[in-house]
Amino acid sequence: MVTIAASDAVREPSSLRARGVTKSFVAHGDAADRTLALSDVSFAVEAGELVTLIGPSGCGKSTLLRLFAGLETLDAGELLVGNDPISGPSAERGLVFQDPNLFPWLTVRGNIQSGLVARGVLHSKRREVDNFMRLVGLEGFANAYPHHLSGGMAQRVALARALINHPRVLFMDEPLGALDTFTRMNLQDEVLRLWQMNRMTMLLVTHDIDEAIYMSDRIVIMTTRPGRIDKTISVKLQRPRQRNSPEFLKLRGEILELLHLAGKAPAVEPT
Amino acid sequence: MAVVGAMAVHAVVSRQEPAAPTHSYWIFLGMVLAVSVFLSLLQRWSNGLRRWMGHMCPIIAAAFVLLTLWAVITSGFRLLPLPYFPSPAWILQSMIEDRAMLFDSTWHSLLLLLCGYALGVAIALVTGVCIGWFDQARYWGMPALKLIGPIPATAWIPLAMVLSPSQMMSAVGLIALSVWFPVTMLTVSGIANTRASYLDVARTLGAGRGYLIFRVAVPAAMPSIFIGLFMGLGTSFLTLVVAETVGVKSGLGWYLSWAQGWAEYGKVYAALIIMAAFFSTIITVLFKVRDRVLVWQKGVIKW
Repeated sequence: MVTIAASDAVREPSSLRARGVTKSFVAHGDAADRTLALSDVSFAVEAGELVTLIGPSGCGKSTLLRLFAGLETLDAGELLVGNDPISGPSAERGLVFQDPNLFPWLTVRGNIQSGLVARGVLHSKRREVDNFMRLVGLEGFANAYPHHLSGGMAQRVALARALINHPRVLFMDEPLGALDTFTRMNLQDEVLRLWQMNRMTMLLVTHDIDEAIYMSDRIVIMTTRPGRIDKTISVKLQRPRQRNSPEFLKLRGEILELLHLAGKAPAVEPT
Repeated sequence: MAVVGAMAVHAVVSRQEPAAPTHSYWIFLGMVLAVSVFLSLLQRWSNGLRRWMGHMCPIIAAAFVLLTLWAVITSGFRLLPLPYFPSPAWILQSMIEDRAMLFDSTWHSLLLLLCGYALGVAIALVTGVCIGWFDQARYWGMPALKLIGPIPATAWIPLAMVLSPSQMMSAVGLIALSVWFPVTMLTVSGIANTRASYLDVARTLGAGRGYLIFRVAVPAAMPSIFIGLFMGLGTSFLTLVVAETVGVKSGLGWYLSWAQGWAEYGKVYAALIIMAAFFSTIITVLFKVRDRVLVWQKGVIKW
């Protein structure tokens, strides 16, 4: 196993805070006709914590993530990383999307090292590229182009590309949503391993309740239109978690209840 | 088998030939025959060669059938009026007689084309990236591009002759202008249509403006830029021939109109054949460059 922290100036994970965050978008190109995406959202993520945002489509989860990443500006409220307000994108806050969004013109190696190139530090950290390729199990694919990769492999490259900057916070927007069940479960373990090894705060958006329970310290449930924080649930299960343990299933039932989904299907399927 | 077919055709061609007054066509056909016999013997031992010949022979054979047909019509039955439609043998003869001049003309054309094309592409990439990336440049540049661009470069000839200090420079300028428009247009569209998510990813990786433009937007625009380069190449051929016909005193276009002036249609055809080979070689080179640059798209591109 490769330890990454040793080869880079160790970055401490940052806490995240949202206070009264409001964000609306112009709808149909008409400045007067605005859709409220987030309304008065407040919550906090401790440094080093793994928190999941869950909620129905259109509840503004992704918008919140983009605001935190600095890719959007907010209308009202305050967003803090540590004690600093967010003013724009930064290499200290990584972002992984559902679509891996690999640069198709770069090889696997080129993609993974693009963060180092962008920051102009490739020369001094060339060895890290190999480390990270090994870390996500892609040593043999250094010179492959993205269109040759499977969905799971592409998402590993995207992870390595985000992690090579040693971000204090990693945002993930349904990173495993497009993958098949087997690949997804494998990658959930992988992400957990990377999170534990790299000491960082992680904020994950997902649709998958099992994924949320399996991975996170806390689950933040959001309501839709406008997006608001509904409830926060602490997951106190010991890692590694058992997907079919009674505690796991009980929690799953509670969350389904909260999302008003329990009535449409049995909350606990017999296994 | 295809080899045998091709050889049969060659034999027919040779038999049709006696009407021609010169020996060079005989020699040419003899050489082709010798080469094909040699290759058909060689292919017994080489699998790759056999596959290549199996692929190429029908089309080559067809070319010789057409050539034969031409020979039959012109020198066989004299169906078409001379001097406008000489026989293949006559054209070959003109080519050999005038080889020094043809070579010189080709060289001058190549030089002119490369200068103009390189200049046009260089300027087009700069203007294209600026207009595609910066809103200010788009606001001021786009109307100018839309107004000036569509004018065929050849329409500037009267002005170019007055404005530029030498014929050579006006020709280079015209070719550059004809290349500039399509390349700029497609560079702009490629840059402006860069997927926003690539730019978002790059920003969260710590990219500055330089990285975003030159390492994200430009590579993302490359497929589009290459379409522009091909279109520009097409218009540059046209402009080259016209510019040489009206102004410059050398090159294939000039040779073409000069030969026409003397009613030497054998030479006209000779120049046309050289042009075909010359232009298609340049296009092939550009295709090779594209395959190299866009290797990451392999399996995606179909043109």
